[in-house]
Amino acid sequence: MSGKYQKVAYYPGCALEGTGHAYNRSTKELGKALGLDLTELDNWNCCGAMEVKNIDPKLQTYLSARNLSIAEEMGFDTVMAPCNGCYHNLKKAEYDLGNDADSRAVHERLSSKAGHKTYQAGKVTTIHALDWIKEAIGEEGLKARVKNSLKGLKIANYYGCMYTRPRHIFPEKDKGPGSESTSKPHFMDDLLAAAGAENVDYPLKTACCGGAHTLSDSDTSTKLVLNLLTTAEACGADIIATECPTCHTGLEMHQVRAEKVFGRKTTVKILYFTQLLGMALGLSARKVGVHENFSESSTFLRARGLG
Amino acid sequence: MASTHGPSLDHINTRLDASLAAPDAVLSTQAPAVAEELLGLGEATLEIWLAAHHVEPTTRKVEGFRLLALHRQGARNNPSFNACRETCRELVYYRNLVVLDPAHADSARRLRLAAMVARHLALFIGGKLEVAGLGEFCCSSRPLRQREANAQPAEIA
Repeated sequence: MSGKYQKVAYYPGCALEGTGHAYNRSTKELGKALGLDLTELDNWNCCGAMEVKNIDPKLQTYLSARNLSIAEEMGFDTVMAPCNGCYHNLKKAEYDLGNDADSRAVHERLSSKAGHKTYQAGKVTTIHALDWIKEAIGEEGLKARVKNSLKGLKIANYYGCMYTRPRHIFPEKDKGPGSESTSKPHFMDDLLAAAGAENVDYPLKTACCGGAHTLSDSDTSTKLVLNLLTTAEACGADIIATECPTCHTGLEMHQVRAEKVFGRKTTVKILYFTQLLGMALGLSARKVGVHENFSESSTFLRARGLG
Repeated sequence: MASTHGPSLDHINTRLDASLAAPDAVLSTQAPAVAEELLGLGEATLEIWLAAHHVEPTTRKVEGFRLLALHRQGARNNPSFNACRETCRELVYYRNLVVLDPAHADSARRLRLAAMVARHLALFIGGKLEVAGLGEFCCSSRPLRQREANAQPAEIA
């Protein structure tokens, strides 16, 4: 714990207002329970997500940078994005503005046309929700606040791909002890272990889920997700913890599809790490939006004295 | 000319299924051999990708493993191939666990996990052979549709 990030700008992004609503709710409730201040960006816009980045990456850089510009104008030097896609895109924008003259030129032209300040690389740091809790509270701080230990829960932590790839847009990672690893990320493992959970050694924590092709090539995605789920079960996990709304939704939806299309039923539960930490701090399952997940895990949680 | 004489993905998947279905006692008694076979199936999977792209699979090793050299070869000029970088490293890790301590009580379980990791690699490569863009958008942060968007309407047609 460094005591940093007690008050940060919050960029929920579009997914957290839709399919990832439970992640939004649990992130805010977790912050409140920990006494951390989140101030949502005024008038934020889409980070460019898949749709814009797929056809015009420089426009995506501008869209993401506009959010960084808003954070700066609101007086923040740090913006926290819990969605891996948003986090990745804001980091990519930061990298492109610092390293690519064409991206800077497009960004300057569009900012001027839109009538707002042109964001300069290096003014605002983008962090993930995992960085936020890890730095602001830390494992010892969490341990001291746990009311309902996650003891007895076996968890496979799934980080997905956009949290660590491509490596060059995450210069703060792989810096040795205390920093996050791009090849074997561990921040979520660290935090859930501090809350009492038993993390299983999950070999597919950053493996491909076929997420970007989930609609166009559903069978490929379903097969990849089914292997993620069955491997988690083979590792002895009761739960897969997620830290991204796209991963989370993909795992939930393809869990259902795998049963329908391939006749393969898996029972591992899928929960956001913020939901698990929130319940460990004594928040109810409803308060952290467990009922808003697509898959049902309330019965399982109640049987273990959570929620 | 790239060699295409290795096992097919179907054969690889059949072998992986056999490892997953084998009783613990069988896996434990043959642990080092099964671990080497699984590593070999991972290599064969990457060879299929390279052969499909007319690249002669290397016989060199990186960090002592041909699998990692093959991955590096596949990732050259193709950053989305890094989507399976950690999968390859995990397969090496489980192989090492088993080969360095074959009598460990967890050997059978470790071999099953190695088989599941190898299966993920086979699924990824199989998927990527059908849809080249797999891993492109997310793992290499590159657009999938920019070319179409930049193309003249006649080119799209």
